[in-house]
Amino acid sequence: MTAAPILAVDDLRAYYATSVFGVAREVRAVDGVSLRIERNEIYGLAGESSCGKSTLIRTIAGAIRPPLRVRSGDIAFTFGDRRLVMQTATQAELSAIRWKHLSYVMQGSMSVLNPVRRVRHSFVDFAYRHIGGAMPEFLDGVRSHLHRLDLAPEVLEAYPHELSGGMRQRIAIALATICRPDFIIADEPTTALDVVVQKSVLVMIRAIQRELGSSLLFVTHDMSVHANLSDRLGIMYAGRLVEEAATAEIFQRPLHPYTAHLVRSLPRIGDATAKRGLEGTPPNLADPPPGCRFHPRCPMAMAVCGQQAPPMEAVAPGHRVACFAVGAAR
Amino acid sequence: MTAAPLLEVNDVSRIYRGGGVFARRRVSAVAHVSFAIEAEKPEIFTIIGESGSGKTTLARMILAIVPPSSGVIRFRGGDLAAIRHRAARLAFMKLVQPIFQNPFEAFNPLKRLDRYLFMTARRFAGANDQSAAERLADGALLQVGLSLAEVRRRYPHELSGGQLQRVAIARALISSPALIIADEPVSMVDASLRMSIVNLFRTLRDTLGVSIIYITHDLATAYTISDRIIIMRRGSVVEAGDAREVLDAPRHPYSILLKSAVLSPDAAGDPDRLRVAPPADIPD
Repeated sequence: MTAAPILAVDDLRAYYATSVFGVAREVRAVDGVSLRIERNEIYGLAGESSCGKSTLIRTIAGAIRPPLRVRSGDIAFTFGDRRLVMQTATQAELSAIRWKHLSYVMQGSMSVLNPVRRVRHSFVDFAYRHIGGAMPEFLDGVRSHLHRLDLAPEVLEAYPHELSGGMRQRIAIALATICRPDFIIADEPTTALDVVVQKSVLVMIRAIQRELGSSLLFVTHDMSVHANLSDRLGIMYAGRLVEEAATAEIFQRPLHPYTAHLVRSLPRIGDATAKRGLEGTPPNLADPPPGCRFHPRCPMAMAVCGQQAPPMEAVAPGHRVACFAVGAAR
Repeated sequence: MTAAPLLEVNDVSRIYRGGGVFARRRVSAVAHVSFAIEAEKPEIFTIIGESGSGKTTLARMILAIVPPSSGVIRFRGGDLAAIRHRAARLAFMKLVQPIFQNPFEAFNPLKRLDRYLFMTARRFAGANDQSAAERLADGALLQVGLSLAEVRRRYPHELSGGQLQRVAIARALISSPALIIADEPVSMVDASLRMSIVNLFRTLRDTLGVSIIYITHDLATAYTISDRIIIMRRGSVVEAGDAREVLDAPRHPYSILLKSAVLSPDAAGDPDRLRVAPPADIPD
């Protein structure tokens, strides 16, 4: 028997529902997404801005507050032999697992760290509750953990503004990993960094993930980062998952036209051929096109694409895609 | 006698002074940078550098927003330091136009986008009445793949980042400039739209004969579209030359480091990817 995946999301629908002067509007930011994340793997989630990837990770992290509502579907974590369903979890259950089992690296490291307190206080606030023990031992543990991320112990006494962007981002990673969590969500943690710093931070994220054996859900729109980091990759478009496979498979044999375009349009050093951008604009999620949401921009669109939404189907072991053209070609 | 170059940057430095009376600090943002863009041959000239390398300060000096601490910048033979009164500044702005990094910050969220276009048309392109301004705005929007019908009466939040950046480029085109300075124009734009914006620069160079100074830290798009390139580090130029030659075989240790840090999309499936971190620092 295989163990339950650490995270199972089933047919999740999370909508933003607003009602202004009696006019109800629903933004279907996540619409029918199912995915599984196994232990000790890096799952990459790619997609352009406003495709719903931030909403998806917000629901997964249990930060569901109005106007965001979960309409249907299930988000279930399995930590050891404990199963936790996110929508029904109480505040107390959530704060018991936060940072200890489930942690979060955010995009802006400046907004994670309190700008008027020394970095040491952030570690005490986040992690002391879960680790406990005597304060000097706790701080020793923090120092040895910082050493793992190539940070000097002096940073604990620094204020966030005294540190460079790369150092702050590494501190945010240290905060998220100090309790040795089973599951880490990383939302564009390297997008704001320079290329050289970005690479060293990614090397560090990968090393620490392998060391802890945690699962990592890594979200970015940068396909080059995914090529270098993720084990499996899910591509999101307009609130839906359109393709999912092992990273190498996505880059070598992309099946969905949107994925194929993303992979083809990547500029490379040493390749001087002109790359084409994708025409058209991402759909408005308050009023998405009927059928497949990609069909107005799709070069392979057929009549059926405008009428029905293609289901997510497995075309090979571990390779799922939602496209009628792919099904017809087989 | 040959004609004066379009833009001549001659041994330009900029020093910022900071600190209090007792602890003066001098930050050399740009140090002894020289290059020239010829008038006859429009090109995409790329400035590469990390944050803090002085590339934005250099752009601001070329736009005559900040004066250089030393050195001379000449546009079509005329020293930028000689721009003193309003008429001369407007004449300069007509020919040298900027495009900024974040289109959501460049436009006032409470102001309709078409008003920016009409204002530019009236001020720099000699449109005397509304119909002339609309004609100019529509023409410029067509160049970037939009039309006035799509933009009229729209507010910035109603357009996507890629569309908004196209409007910013169209606005810069209204006055038929000879030089466009684009400071990180695609770093806030989604990956799928990035190439269409970058390709637009190539089209503008070829069809309108506009030279473009493309400032970026993204080596891959720079390789795809640029003609010449300079790589800046801590205010100085460490390597310059033909874009393809420099990026295919960089010579300066810093350029080599930059190139090695670029994440290749071909690494997917490589078991050794992300094993070795780039060195944290290299000597000057």
